[in-house]
Amino acid sequence: MSFLQLKGVEKVFGEVRAIKGIDLTINKGEFIVFVGPSGCGKSTLLRMIAGLTDIDGGSVQLDGRDITHLPSSKRDLAMVFQSYALYPHMSVFDNMSFALRLANVDKAVIKQKVGHAAEILNLTKYLDRTPKELSGGQRQRVAIGRAIVRAPKVFLFDEPLSNLDAALRGQTRIEIAKLHRDLGATTIYVTHDQVEAMTLADRVVVLRDGAIEQVGSPLELYDKPANQFVAQFIGTPQMNVVDTAKLPELREVVGASHAPDGFIGVRPENVMVRPAGGGKLPARVELIESLGADTLIYTSVGHNGNGVQIVSRQAERTSLAPGDSVGLDIAPASFHLFDRQGHKVAAR
Amino acid sequence: MKHISLVIRTLAAWIITLLIVFPLIWLVLTAFKTEQQAISVPPQLFFTPTLASFAEVNLRSDYLLFAKNSVITSFVSTILGLAIAAPAAYSMAFFRSPATRDILMWMLSTKMMPAVGALVPIYVMAQTAGMLDSLPALIIVFTLSNLPIMVWMLYSGFKDIPSDILEAARMDGANVWGEFLHVIRPLAMGTLASTGLLCLVLSWNEAFWALNLSSAKAGTLATLIASYSSPEGLFWAKLSAASLMAIAPIVVVGWFSQKQLVQGLTFGAVK
Repeated sequence: MSFLQLKGVEKVFGEVRAIKGIDLTINKGEFIVFVGPSGCGKSTLLRMIAGLTDIDGGSVQLDGRDITHLPSSKRDLAMVFQSYALYPHMSVFDNMSFALRLANVDKAVIKQKVGHAAEILNLTKYLDRTPKELSGGQRQRVAIGRAIVRAPKVFLFDEPLSNLDAALRGQTRIEIAKLHRDLGATTIYVTHDQVEAMTLADRVVVLRDGAIEQVGSPLELYDKPANQFVAQFIGTPQMNVVDTAKLPELREVVGASHAPDGFIGVRPENVMVRPAGGGKLPARVELIESLGADTLIYTSVGHNGNGVQIVSRQAERTSLAPGDSVGLDIAPASFHLFDRQGHKVAAR
Repeated sequence: MKHISLVIRTLAAWIITLLIVFPLIWLVLTAFKTEQQAISVPPQLFFTPTLASFAEVNLRSDYLLFAKNSVITSFVSTILGLAIAAPAAYSMAFFRSPATRDILMWMLSTKMMPAVGALVPIYVMAQTAGMLDSLPALIIVFTLSNLPIMVWMLYSGFKDIPSDILEAARMDGANVWGEFLHVIRPLAMGTLASTGLLCLVLSWNEAFWALNLSSAKAGTLATLIASYSSPEGLFWAKLSAASLMAIAPIVVVGWFSQKQLVQGLTFGAVK
């Protein structure tokens, strides 16, 4: 059931078409993540939905209402900013109750709603403090609390975890996931971090240069990328994408003898490293990265110094060292084919 | 060595301060003298103070009228100026366009022209409108004279407010007036106060336009002082008394608000 609908949404900055005719349907209660490289337009799109940036073409409908030209204050949306944007001169309580006070809500109701949100976010004992007396993680929770209190139709998050250190980021990510599970609110979340996209989203929207590359569940994007860009954007380490012209024998190895001229993609976890002499593809170890639970083996295939890099990922530790000769095997039916323009080609 | 340089610096500071303050001190002393004492050579430092000059000033001219006019023109031009400058500064600080810098520079450039260059056109306009010797004319001219400085000061103060706080307020349901009332005003209070005070002081001291656009009815305290430099000669004691009565109120205001004035003039923002 469509709750938020974008139709042909456009944005132009001077000569540049920053957002190119976006069509998207979001259902009630969904957690949607906009992900993409810097400059792809994900924050711009979010701000257009929020009303902070004008929409130059197309329309946005929310719950049956056309909000395309409504000011932000009337759209019934709440936003959590990357910099938190807390009001520095107000206490935590006043920050969280600001919107309700503006709407002239009864004081007792305000107290109850703010108290409830503060409890969910463990902010109850900080209600009298001002933002500068809080840590980064606490400020971020106040920003989230400010949004929760309003019970808006849609929550908008603009890279909320970017300013936190890695440990706090992981922790807060889980808290946001739990919050969504408990509140069931429709959410749009912008990030450049694909780990956040994979773990938080019901559906992911991959954007590039102002256009949608693919929309789907995280695993759909992982297993069935629609094109080379999505294939290489999702997944760490990056999918191995090899030019068939540089390594023609790869076709036989992956089992795609009839693959046309273009690129072959194989994810690192589908590349197995065998001792020298074994495996279908001779290679030489360039680098080993031991991450503890995972081991990444960077190999170079081919001779004459024009080696093609293929990365393998395995759970076991290895005793291999740079310079060792090895053989590579590819798991059956695990390859992806792309043409020269980066479009997906069906395997025959 | 350090001790000596400190002594020299202190001495230099005292000398400079005395040089600056001396005319004011002499003004105050002369105001309490009789005419005879005022023009005596060598100048008298010790004398019995008298209020005769003050009394005569009050008798000869209507001090209270001029004082009232000064107060009205200063306060109204300040309020009007803030009402115009604040929205202008808001739009320039938060909705920058390529033309913003040019507009600000142009505004500043208008202050570089001597006021006398605009005297004739403005006089003729006031005359045509039948507004010579009227308070509204003075208020308009004072407001317009001070606007460039006010816009600049408020612009600098507003610029320090992060724009995403205003966006957050917008998302929370504030319209433009709400943004100003709940976010900008508290955060830029220092700048607003010091801009207002500066405008107050500038308008109070504004003599050129007051003299040229007014005579009997709309004269301010500046004209009061000027009326004592007559062709018959300078009555030093009465002139000093009149001057003192004219500047006393604004010096008191300045004394109590010196912190805000300095802060505003050095573009210090409230953080």
